Amino acid sequence: MVAMSTRHILLGLLAGGSSHGYDLKRRHDERFPQARPLAYGQVYTTLQRLVRDGLAEVDGTDSDGGPERTLYRSTDEGEKELLAWTGEITPPAPFVTNEIFAKVVCAILASADPARYLSTQRAAHMARMRELTAVKTAPGAGLATVLSADYALNHLDADLRWMTTTAARLTTLTAEVDGA
Amino acid sequence: MSSPPMSNTPMSSRQKTVPILAARGLAKTHGRTQALRGASVELRSGEILAVTGASGSGKSTLLHCLAGIVRPDEGSVVYAGQRLDQLPEQRLSELRRTEFGVVFQFGQLIPELTALDNVALPLLLAGASRKASHERAGEWLERFDVRGQGKLRPGEMSGGQAQRVSLARALVTGPRVVFADEPTGALDSLASEGVMTALVHTARESGTAVLLITHDAQVAAHADREVELRDGVVVHAFSAENAWTLKGAL
Repeated sequence: MVAMSTRHILLGLLAGGSSHGYDLKRRHDERFPQARPLAYGQVYTTLQRLVRDGLAEVDGTDSDGGPERTLYRSTDEGEKELLAWTGEITPPAPFVTNEIFAKVVCAILASADPARYLSTQRAAHMARMRELTAVKTAPGAGLATVLSADYALNHLDADLRWMTTTAARLTTLTAEVDGA
Repeated sequence: MSSPPMSNTPMSSRQKTVPILAARGLAKTHGRTQALRGASVELRSGEILAVTGASGSGKSTLLHCLAGIVRPDEGSVVYAGQRLDQLPEQRLSELRRTEFGVVFQFGQLIPELTALDNVALPLLLAGASRKASHERAGEWLERFDVRGQGKLRPGEMSGGQAQRVSLARALVTGPRVVFADEPTGALDSLASEGVMTALVHTARESGTAVLLITHDAQVAAHADREVELRDGVVVHAFSAENAWTLKGAL
């Protein structure tokens, strides 16, 4: 299986032609507006590893009036790696390590208040969903912004549904956890 | 008849804290089912409030009581300083026609009329001329991006288009409050998104308060605030303010 990493995303951005680290960082943050911005250090370290592994190579320098910057381009091997990654199925997680579920079980074990926790967690999820909805419905929001906000919204919505059914089943769950 | 407000001025924070509609201790029984058991809720001027809850939690009955469609068995509904639950039927009906707009899950447009005639109808009933009503109806169809469907009858439109026409009809008289009962319940997610965005945008632009009934969190996320009904009582109020202490965790 090909593992997901920043290297594949950088190879993807290099697919359009050679580019330097600063430009790759900028384009990454534009393309994936809701993602954590890439750190410059991470971009340069990853580019060096791509070169070391033969997936990218130096393509001269570019100063453009400012300091001299090293340009990188993808190699044939890099393109192959990228294509393999884009076609690879992302495995549905076999074991869901869900912190919310873990807290509910631990709250029951500790005779704490899981219902109250679920209620406040739900409020936090809703607040985040309102923020994301405002971002994606703002006039002029680009499609990349809309799609990434939708991705987050759908996942938060799934959490919410799970929290709602769990809250309704707390009595049964408490009996099971306490009886185990 | 009031003109549709065209102002782009956003509501001031002070205006948004003034309740335009307040219900206290509402109880309502349908046959043997007690739909509401002491529900209290406030809708502030110009805000969009989502009422969520499972099926059978009393959401629609709450909307019907607030909109003056049914009278509660107990409790009070105060709209702009007057007891809605005590108004005579004639006055209530006039208020519903001039101050309120209502949208249901299935738009309930009149199937024999075109989209334009459906939207013009509330204006004609209020005494406007046919020409003026059609002009204004056309403007509202435009606002909801369905002007091109003006000559179509409800059966000839997609669900999303019909619901946009229903919204235009609910807003055409310039109401102060719009009641929307699962307005996207029959739509797919893309159409739902479009309808909600259009509703929220227009309501904010005109300063119209919206009471939005939904069981869908993604629809509720369009609102400023959310309250949850459970077994006929408001049990939780989820708002940006009371989630504020959690902000650090987001």
